[in-house]
Amino acid sequence: MHIGGLKMSGLNKVVNSYDEALLGLSNNMILMVGGFGLCGIPEGLIQRVADAGVKGLTCISNNAGVDGFGLGKLLEKRQISTMIGSYVGENKLFEELFLSGEMKVILTPQGTLAEKIRATGAGIPGFYTATGYGTDVAIGKETKEFNGKMYVLEEAYPKADFALVKAWKADTYGNLVFRKTARNFNSMIATAGKITVAEVEEIVAPGELDPDHIHIPGIYVQRVIKGNFEKRIEQRTVKK
Amino acid sequence: MGLSKEQIAERIAQELQDGFYVNLGIGIPTLVANYIPNNIEIMLQSENGLLGMGEFPTEENVDADLINAGKQTVTTINGSAFFDSAQSFAMIRGGHVDLTVLGAFEIDEMGNIASWMIPGKLVKGMGGAMDLVAGAENIIVAMTHANKDGESKILKKCSLPLTGVNCVKKVVTDLAVMELIDGAYHLIERAPGVSVEEIQQKTEAKLIISGDIPEMKFKS
Repeated sequence: MHIGGLKMSGLNKVVNSYDEALLGLSNNMILMVGGFGLCGIPEGLIQRVADAGVKGLTCISNNAGVDGFGLGKLLEKRQISTMIGSYVGENKLFEELFLSGEMKVILTPQGTLAEKIRATGAGIPGFYTATGYGTDVAIGKETKEFNGKMYVLEEAYPKADFALVKAWKADTYGNLVFRKTARNFNSMIATAGKITVAEVEEIVAPGELDPDHIHIPGIYVQRVIKGNFEKRIEQRTVKK
Repeated sequence: MGLSKEQIAERIAQELQDGFYVNLGIGIPTLVANYIPNNIEIMLQSENGLLGMGEFPTEENVDADLINAGKQTVTTINGSAFFDSAQSFAMIRGGHVDLTVLGAFEIDEMGNIASWMIPGKLVKGMGGAMDLVAGAENIIVAMTHANKDGESKILKKCSLPLTGVNCVKKVVTDLAVMELIDGAYHLIERAPGVSVEEIQQKTEAKLIISGDIPEMKFKS
Protein backbone atom coordinates (compact mmCIF):
# COMPACT_ATOMS: atom_id res chain seq x y z
CA MET A 1 0.00 0.00 0.00
CA HIS A 2 1.15 3.54 -0.78
CA ILE A 3 0.53 6.09 1.95
CA GLY A 4 1.95 9.58 1.50
CA GLY A 5 4.40 8.28 -1.10
CA LEU A 6 5.76 5.55 1.16
CA LYS A 7 5.46 1.93 0.07
CA MET A 8 4.49 -0.32 2.96
CA SER A 9 4.05 -4.06 2.95
CA GLY A 10 0.84 -5.56 4.28
CA LEU A 11 -0.11 -4.34 7.73
CA ASN A 12 3.45 -3.73 8.81
CA LYS A 13 3.69 -0.07 9.84
CA VAL A 14 7.29 0.02 10.98
CA VAL A 15 9.67 2.50 9.37
CA ASN A 16 13.36 2.64 10.14
CA SER A 17 14.23 6.29 9.72
CA TYR A 18 12.75 9.66 10.56
CA ASP A 19 12.97 10.52 6.84
CA GLU A 20 10.54 7.70 6.11
CA ALA A 21 8.44 8.51 9.15
CA LEU A 22 7.77 12.02 7.84
CA LEU A 23 7.94 11.40 4.08
CA GLY A 24 5.45 13.72 2.43
CA LEU A 25 5.79 16.54 4.97
CA SER A 26 5.64 19.92 3.29
CA ASN A 27 4.96 23.62 3.92
CA ASN A 28 1.58 24.84 5.15
CA MET A 29 0.44 21.49 6.47
CA ILE A 30 -1.75 20.86 9.49
CA LEU A 31 0.10 18.99 12.24
CA MET A 32 -1.40 17.58 15.41
CA VAL A 33 1.16 16.78 18.09
CA GLY A 34 0.48 14.75 21.23
CA GLY A 35 1.69 15.46 24.75
CA PHE A 36 0.83 17.44 27.87
CA GLY A 37 3.59 19.89 28.60
CA LEU A 38 6.70 17.85 27.87
CA CYS A 39 5.08 14.61 29.04
CA GLY A 40 4.46 12.15 26.22
CA ILE A 41 5.73 14.24 23.31
CA PRO A 42 7.12 12.63 20.14
CA GLU A 43 10.57 14.14 20.62
CA GLY A 44 12.33 12.68 17.60
CA LEU A 45 9.50 13.46 15.20
CA ILE A 46 9.40 17.09 16.38
CA GLN A 47 13.16 17.32 15.92
CA ARG A 48 12.78 15.96 12.38
CA VAL A 49 10.10 18.57 11.57
CA ALA A 50 12.50 21.24 12.87
CA ASP A 51 15.36 19.86 10.77
CA ALA A 52 13.13 19.67 7.68
CA GLY A 53 12.59 23.42 8.01
CA VAL A 54 9.03 23.33 6.66
CA LYS A 55 7.17 26.60 7.23
CA GLY A 56 3.65 27.91 7.53
CA LEU A 57 2.52 25.03 9.71
CA THR A 58 -0.74 24.96 11.60
CA CYS A 59 0.04 23.15 14.83
CA ILE A 60 -2.69 21.69 17.03
CA SER A 61 -1.25 20.68 20.37
CA ASN A 62 -2.28 21.28 23.98
CA ASN A 63 0.96 23.11 24.70
CA ALA A 64 3.77 24.63 22.68
CA GLY A 65 6.74 23.07 24.47
CA VAL A 66 9.22 25.17 26.39
CA ASP A 67 11.95 27.43 25.11
CA GLY A 68 14.28 25.15 23.15
CA PHE A 69 12.46 21.84 23.65
CA GLY A 70 9.39 20.16 22.20
CA LEU A 71 7.43 22.47 19.91
CA GLY A 72 9.63 25.29 21.23
CA LYS A 73 12.10 24.09 18.59
CA LEU A 74 9.62 24.91 15.82
CA LEU A 75 8.84 28.28 17.37
CA GLU A 76 12.52 29.21 17.34
CA LYS A 77 12.69 28.63 13.59
CA ARG A 78 9.38 30.44 13.03
CA GLN A 79 7.92 27.32 11.37
CA ILE A 80 4.47 27.66 12.92
CA SER A 81 2.12 30.28 11.48
CA THR A 82 -0.95 29.21 13.47
CA MET A 83 -0.85 27.59 16.89
CA ILE A 84 -3.96 26.02 18.38
CA GLY A 85 -3.67 24.95 22.02
CA SER A 86 -4.99 25.51 25.53
CA TYR A 87 -2.02 26.53 27.65
CA VAL A 88 1.33 27.98 26.75
CA GLY A 89 2.65 28.30 30.27
CA GLU A 90 6.13 29.56 30.74
CA ASN A 91 7.20 29.71 27.10
CA LYS A 92 8.63 33.22 26.68
CA LEU A 93 9.15 33.04 22.93
CA PHE A 94 5.58 31.89 22.45
CA GLU A 95 4.31 34.86 24.41
CA GLU A 96 6.43 37.24 22.33
CA LEU A 97 5.30 35.77 18.99
CA PHE A 98 1.68 35.89 20.16
CA LEU A 99 1.70 39.43 21.54
CA SER A 100 3.60 40.80 18.51
CA GLY A 101 1.08 39.15 16.17
CA GLU A 102 3.84 37.28 14.32
CA MET A 103 2.07 33.99 15.00
CA LYS A 104 -1.68 33.47 14.98
CA VAL A 105 -2.81 31.79 18.18
CA ILE A 106 -6.18 30.21 18.82
CA LEU A 107 -6.46 29.49 22.52
CA THR A 108 -9.01 26.75 23.05
CA PRO A 109 -10.30 25.32 26.32
CA GLN A 110 -8.51 22.06 27.03
CA GLY A 111 -11.61 19.86 27.15
CA THR A 112 -12.99 21.45 23.99
CA LEU A 113 -9.64 20.93 22.29
CA ALA A 114 -9.62 17.26 23.29
CA GLU A 115 -13.20 16.74 22.13
CA LYS A 116 -12.66 18.58 18.82
CA ILE A 117 -9.74 16.27 18.09
CA ARG A 118 -11.77 13.24 19.14
CA ALA A 119 -14.64 14.40 16.91
CA THR A 120 -12.21 14.82 14.01
CA GLY A 121 -11.10 11.22 14.29
CA ALA A 122 -14.63 9.93 14.87
CA GLY A 123 -16.21 11.66 11.86
CA ILE A 124 -18.37 13.99 13.92
CA PRO A 125 -18.45 17.50 12.42
CA GLY A 126 -19.34 19.36 15.61
CA PHE A 127 -20.85 19.24 19.07
CA TYR A 128 -22.39 21.53 21.69
CA THR A 129 -20.63 22.28 24.95
CA ALA A 130 -21.32 24.61 27.87
CA THR A 131 -17.60 25.34 28.07
CA GLY A 132 -16.81 28.92 27.13
CA TYR A 133 -20.40 30.13 26.91
CA GLY A 134 -20.49 33.87 27.60
CA THR A 135 -16.71 34.21 27.20
CA ASP A 136 -14.45 35.36 24.37
CA VAL A 137 -14.08 31.82 23.01
CA ALA A 138 -17.79 31.77 22.10
CA ILE A 139 -17.61 34.95 20.00
CA GLY A 140 -18.94 34.30 16.49
CA LYS A 141 -20.11 30.80 17.35
CA GLU A 142 -23.66 29.49 17.24
CA THR A 143 -25.25 29.01 20.65
CA LYS A 144 -28.27 26.94 21.57
CA GLU A 145 -30.35 26.27 24.66
CA PHE A 146 -30.88 22.71 25.83
CA ASN A 147 -33.01 22.11 28.94
CA GLY A 148 -32.60 25.68 30.11
CA LYS A 149 -28.82 25.82 29.80
CA MET A 150 -26.81 27.53 27.07
CA TYR A 151 -24.28 25.70 24.90
CA VAL A 152 -21.76 26.67 22.21
CA LEU A 153 -21.35 24.86 18.90
CA GLU A 154 -17.76 23.71 18.46
CA GLU A 155 -16.64 22.26 15.15
CA ALA A 156 -14.20 19.43 14.55
CA TYR A 157 -10.89 20.17 12.85
CA PRO A 158 -10.00 19.01 9.38
CA LYS A 159 -7.96 15.81 9.58
CA ALA A 160 -4.30 16.55 10.25
CA ASP A 161 -1.91 16.01 7.35
CA PHE A 162 0.36 14.47 9.96
CA ALA A 163 -0.68 13.37 13.45
CA LEU A 164 2.44 12.87 15.55
CA VAL A 165 2.09 10.85 18.73
CA LYS A 166 4.25 9.22 21.35
CA ALA A 167 3.36 5.79 22.75
CA TRP A 168 5.09 3.42 25.12
CA LYS A 169 4.76 0.25 23.08
CA ALA A 170 3.52 -0.65 19.64
CA ASP A 171 3.36 -3.87 17.74
CA THR A 172 4.35 -3.85 14.09
CA TYR A 173 0.68 -3.48 13.12
CA GLY A 174 0.55 -0.13 14.91
CA ASN A 175 -1.51 -1.17 17.93
CA LEU A 176 -0.52 1.29 20.66
CA VAL A 177 -0.15 1.17 24.42
CA PHE A 178 0.53 4.35 26.36
CA ARG A 179 2.09 4.68 29.79
CA LYS A 180 0.67 6.59 32.78
CA THR A 181 -0.10 10.28 32.15
CA ALA A 182 1.91 10.24 28.92
CA ARG A 183 -1.33 9.11 27.25
CA ASN A 184 -3.04 12.55 27.48
CA PHE A 185 -3.78 13.94 23.98
CA ASN A 186 -1.89 11.18 22.19
CA SER A 187 -4.80 8.78 21.97
CA MET A 188 -7.23 11.22 20.30
CA ILE A 189 -4.57 12.70 18.05
CA ALA A 190 -3.66 9.21 16.87
CA THR A 191 -7.19 8.89 15.44
CA ALA A 192 -7.24 12.28 13.69
CA GLY A 193 -4.45 12.10 11.13
CA LYS A 194 -4.45 11.43 7.40
CA ILE A 195 -1.05 10.03 8.29
CA THR A 196 -0.55 9.12 11.94
CA VAL A 197 3.03 8.49 12.98
CA ALA A 198 3.68 6.89 16.35
CA GLU A 199 7.10 7.27 17.92
CA VAL A 200 7.45 4.55 20.56
CA GLU A 201 9.87 3.21 23.13
CA GLU A 202 9.50 -0.43 22.10
CA ILE A 203 8.16 -2.31 19.09
CA VAL A 204 7.00 -5.89 19.57
CA ALA A 205 5.62 -8.60 17.28
CA PRO A 206 1.85 -8.91 16.67
CA GLY A 207 0.34 -11.08 19.37
CA GLU A 208 2.70 -9.91 22.11
CA LEU A 209 0.35 -7.17 23.28
CA ASP A 210 -2.76 -8.38 25.07
CA PRO A 211 -5.70 -7.30 22.84
CA ASP A 212 -7.56 -6.29 26.02
CA HIS A 213 -4.80 -3.84 26.90
CA ILE A 214 -4.47 -1.97 23.62
CA HIS A 215 -5.37 1.72 23.98
CA ILE A 216 -5.41 2.62 20.29
CA PRO A 217 -5.96 -0.02 17.60
CA GLY A 218 -3.55 -0.05 14.69
CA ILE A 219 -6.24 0.85 12.15
CA TYR A 220 -5.59 4.51 13.02
CA VAL A 221 -1.83 4.32 12.67
CA GLN A 222 0.10 4.46 9.38
CA ARG A 223 3.70 4.54 10.54
CA VAL A 224 5.59 3.40 13.64
CA ILE A 225 9.15 4.33 14.50
CA LYS A 226 11.27 3.39 17.49
CA GLY A 227 12.55 6.57 19.10
CA ASN A 228 15.02 7.59 21.73
CA PHE A 229 13.57 9.81 24.39
CA GLU A 230 15.20 12.30 26.70
CA LYS A 231 11.91 12.65 28.62
CA ARG A 232 12.73 16.04 30.03
CA ILE A 233 10.80 16.94 33.21
CA GLU A 234 9.27 20.42 33.41
CA GLN A 235 8.64 20.63 37.16
CA ARG A 236 10.70 18.13 39.07
CA THR A 237 9.01 18.02 42.47
CA VAL A 238 10.01 15.59 45.20
CA LYS A 239 8.85 14.82 48.70
CA LYS A 240 10.83 16.64 51.33
CA MET B 1 -4.14 40.20 59.36
CA GLY B 2 -5.72 37.97 56.77
CA LEU B 3 -5.05 34.30 56.20
CA SER B 4 -1.88 32.91 54.65
CA LYS B 5 -2.18 30.84 51.48
CA GLU B 6 -1.81 27.73 53.62
CA GLN B 7 -4.66 28.81 55.89
CA ILE B 8 -6.93 29.49 52.91
CA ALA B 9 -6.16 25.93 51.75
CA GLU B 10 -6.76 24.56 55.25
CA ARG B 11 -10.15 26.28 55.43
CA ILE B 12 -11.17 24.95 52.00
CA ALA B 13 -10.18 21.44 53.09
CA GLN B 14 -12.96 21.65 55.69
CA GLU B 15 -15.42 21.60 52.76
CA LEU B 16 -14.26 18.16 51.60
CA GLN B 17 -16.68 15.31 52.18
CA ASP B 18 -16.11 11.58 52.45
CA GLY B 19 -16.24 9.93 49.02
CA PHE B 20 -15.67 13.11 47.00
CA TYR B 21 -13.87 13.20 43.66
CA VAL B 22 -12.07 16.55 43.66
CA ASN B 23 -10.15 18.62 41.11
CA LEU B 24 -7.67 21.08 42.57
CA GLY B 25 -6.42 23.91 40.35
CA ILE B 26 -2.91 25.33 40.24
CA GLY B 27 -1.69 27.61 43.05
CA ILE B 28 -3.48 27.85 46.40
CA PRO B 29 -5.95 25.05 45.43
CA THR B 30 -3.07 22.58 45.09
CA LEU B 31 -2.21 23.19 48.77
CA VAL B 32 -5.63 21.89 49.82
CA ALA B 33 -4.25 18.37 49.33
CA ASN B 34 -2.01 18.94 52.37
CA TYR B 35 -5.02 19.37 54.69
CA ILE B 36 -7.32 16.48 53.76
CA PRO B 37 -8.78 15.20 57.05
CA ASN B 38 -7.53 11.73 58.02
CA ASN B 39 -11.00 10.34 58.66
CA ILE B 40 -12.33 10.80 55.11
CA GLU B 41 -11.53 9.16 51.79
CA ILE B 42 -11.33 11.33 48.68
CA MET B 43 -9.82 10.95 45.24
CA LEU B 44 -8.01 13.76 43.44
CA GLN B 45 -8.59 14.20 39.72
CA SER B 46 -5.81 15.67 37.62
CA GLU B 47 -7.16 16.75 34.24
CA ASN B 48 -4.14 15.54 32.28
CA GLY B 49 -5.47 12.02 32.82
CA LEU B 50 -5.26 10.74 36.38
CA LEU B 51 -7.74 9.86 39.11
CA GLY B 52 -6.13 9.04 42.43
CA MET B 53 -3.22 11.45 42.52
CA GLY B 54 -0.79 10.88 45.39
CA GLU B 55 1.93 12.97 46.95
CA PHE B 56 5.19 14.06 45.36
CA PRO B 57 7.61 11.17 44.69
CA THR B 58 10.86 10.50 46.47
CA GLU B 59 13.93 11.26 44.35
CA GLU B 60 14.26 7.63 43.23
CA ASN B 61 10.56 7.34 42.30
CA VAL B 62 10.45 10.35 39.97
CA ASP B 63 8.82 9.28 36.69
CA ALA B 64 8.69 11.63 33.68
CA ASP B 65 5.54 9.82 32.50
CA LEU B 66 3.68 10.63 35.71
CA ILE B 67 2.82 14.28 36.24
CA ASN B 68 -0.11 16.40 37.37
CA ALA B 69 -1.86 19.19 35.50
CA GLY B 70 0.71 21.64 36.87
CA LYS B 71 3.39 19.49 35.17
CA GLN B 72 4.81 18.49 38.57
CA THR B 73 6.03 14.95 39.10
CA VAL B 74 3.57 13.05 41.33
CA THR B 75 2.67 9.53 42.45
CA THR B 76 -0.54 7.51 42.42
CA ILE B 77 -2.54 6.06 45.29
CA ASN B 78 -3.90 2.52 45.34
CA GLY B 79 -6.99 2.36 43.17
CA SER B 80 -5.89 5.08 40.78
CA ALA B 81 -6.69 5.15 37.06
CA PHE B 82 -5.12 6.69 33.95
CA PHE B 83 -7.09 7.89 30.92
CA ASP B 84 -6.78 10.25 27.97
CA SER B 85 -7.70 13.93 27.87
CA ALA B 86 -11.06 13.39 26.13
CA GLN B 87 -12.08 10.93 28.85
CA SER B 88 -10.80 13.32 31.50
CA PHE B 89 -12.96 16.17 30.29
CA ALA B 90 -15.92 13.86 29.77
CA MET B 91 -15.88 13.33 33.54
CA ILE B 92 -15.45 17.06 34.15
CA ARG B 93 -18.00 18.28 31.60
CA GLY B 94 -20.36 15.46 32.47
CA GLY B 95 -20.60 16.63 36.08
CA HIS B 96 -18.94 13.60 37.65
CA VAL B 97 -16.39 15.59 39.65
CA ASP B 98 -17.94 16.50 43.01
CA LEU B 99 -15.88 19.57 43.79
CA THR B 100 -13.60 21.89 41.86
CA VAL B 101 -11.31 24.35 43.64
CA LEU B 102 -9.69 27.03 41.54
CA GLY B 103 -8.06 30.42 41.77
CA ALA B 104 -9.29 33.68 40.22
CA PHE B 105 -8.24 37.24 39.42
CA GLU B 106 -11.80 38.50 39.86
CA ILE B 107 -15.31 37.23 40.56
CA ASP B 108 -18.58 39.12 40.48
CA GLU B 109 -22.10 39.08 41.86
CA MET B 110 -23.46 37.33 38.74
CA GLY B 111 -21.25 34.36 39.61
CA ASN B 112 -18.88 35.15 36.75
CA ILE B 113 -15.20 34.35 37.11
CA ALA B 114 -12.13 35.83 35.41
CA SER B 115 -9.04 33.74 35.96
CA TRP B 116 -7.11 33.26 32.77
CA MET B 117 -6.07 36.43 30.99
CA ILE B 118 -4.92 39.97 31.58
CA PRO B 119 -5.09 41.67 28.15
CA GLY B 120 -1.75 42.84 26.79
CA LYS B 121 0.16 41.26 29.67
CA LEU B 122 -0.18 37.67 30.57
CA VAL B 123 -0.76 35.08 27.88
CA LYS B 124 -0.82 31.61 29.30
CA GLY B 125 -4.10 30.21 28.06
CA MET B 126 -7.15 28.95 29.86
CA GLY B 127 -6.01 25.34 30.07
CA GLY B 128 -8.87 23.32 31.53
CA ALA B 129 -10.34 26.14 33.63
CA MET B 130 -13.23 26.97 31.28
CA ASP B 131 -14.28 23.32 31.13
CA LEU B 132 -13.99 22.95 34.89
CA VAL B 133 -16.17 25.97 35.70
CA ALA B 134 -18.75 25.00 33.08
CA GLY B 135 -18.93 21.38 34.20
CA ALA B 136 -18.70 21.39 37.97
CA GLU B 137 -21.81 21.45 40.12
CA ASN B 138 -19.79 22.63 43.06
CA ILE B 139 -17.06 25.24 42.72
CA ILE B 140 -15.03 26.93 45.43
CA VAL B 141 -12.90 29.88 44.43
CA ALA B 142 -9.67 30.43 46.35
CA MET B 143 -8.29 33.95 46.07
CA THR B 144 -7.15 37.06 47.86
CA HIS B 145 -9.98 39.43 48.65
CA ALA B 146 -8.31 42.58 47.35
CA ASN B 147 -5.28 43.50 45.27
CA LYS B 148 -2.06 45.01 46.62
CA ASP B 149 -3.61 48.48 46.54
CA GLY B 150 -6.55 47.28 48.62
CA GLU B 151 -8.99 47.34 45.70
CA SER B 152 -11.69 44.69 45.77
CA LYS B 153 -11.46 41.62 43.52
CA ILE B 154 -15.05 40.66 44.45
CA LEU B 155 -16.81 42.95 42.00
CA LYS B 156 -20.22 43.99 40.75
CA LYS B 157 -19.00 43.06 37.29
CA CYS B 158 -15.71 41.46 36.26
CA SER B 159 -13.46 43.72 34.21
CA LEU B 160 -11.14 41.04 32.81
CA PRO B 161 -11.98 38.44 30.12
CA LEU B 162 -14.24 35.79 31.65
CA THR B 163 -13.48 32.12 32.25
CA GLY B 164 -17.13 31.27 32.82
CA VAL B 165 -20.48 32.82 33.61
CA ASN B 166 -22.87 32.19 36.48
CA CYS B 167 -20.77 29.45 38.05
CA VAL B 168 -19.29 30.71 41.35
CA LYS B 169 -21.06 29.30 44.40
CA LYS B 170 -18.60 29.80 47.22
CA VAL B 171 -15.40 31.75 47.75
CA VAL B 172 -12.72 31.48 50.41
CA THR B 173 -10.41 34.48 50.59
CA ASP B 174 -7.73 35.64 53.00
CA LEU B 175 -10.48 37.58 54.80
CA ALA B 176 -13.73 35.66 54.52
CA VAL B 177 -15.87 32.72 53.48
CA MET B 178 -18.80 33.86 51.36
CA GLU B 179 -21.60 32.14 49.49
CA LEU B 180 -23.24 33.58 46.39
CA ILE B 181 -27.03 33.41 46.56
CA ASP B 182 -29.34 35.23 44.16
CA GLY B 183 -26.88 37.90 43.07
CA ALA B 184 -25.40 38.72 46.47
CA TYR B 185 -22.50 37.40 48.51
CA HIS B 186 -23.51 36.25 51.97
CA LEU B 187 -20.79 36.53 54.59
CA ILE B 188 -20.50 33.17 56.35
CA GLU B 189 -17.24 33.42 58.28
CA ARG B 190 -14.44 35.91 58.75
CA ALA B 191 -10.71 35.31 59.20
CA PRO B 192 -9.53 35.46 62.83
CA GLY B 193 -9.07 39.08 63.86
CA VAL B 194 -10.57 40.52 60.66
CA SER B 195 -13.53 42.82 61.20
CA VAL B 196 -16.80 42.72 59.32
CA GLU B 197 -16.16 46.39 58.45
CA GLU B 198 -12.89 45.55 56.71
CA ILE B 199 -14.57 42.82 54.67
CA GLN B 200 -17.41 45.18 53.75
CA GLN B 201 -14.92 47.87 52.74
CA LYS B 202 -12.99 45.44 50.50
CA THR B 203 -16.06 43.91 48.83
CA GLU B 204 -17.44 45.86 45.88
CA ALA B 205 -20.14 43.29 45.11
CA LYS B 206 -23.38 43.31 47.04
CA LEU B 207 -22.63 41.82 50.45
CA ILE B 208 -25.20 40.54 52.91
CA ILE B 209 -24.25 40.41 56.57
CA SER B 210 -26.80 38.94 58.88
CA GLY B 211 -26.28 38.50 62.61
CA ASP B 212 -22.94 37.81 64.24
CA ILE B 213 -20.37 36.47 61.80
CA PRO B 214 -18.23 33.75 63.38
CA GLU B 215 -14.48 33.50 62.97
CA MET B 216 -13.03 30.62 60.97
CA LYS B 217 -11.69 27.78 63.09
CA PHE B 218 -8.36 26.08 62.50
CA LYS B 219 -6.78 23.04 64.11
CA SER B 220 -3.21 24.27 63.84
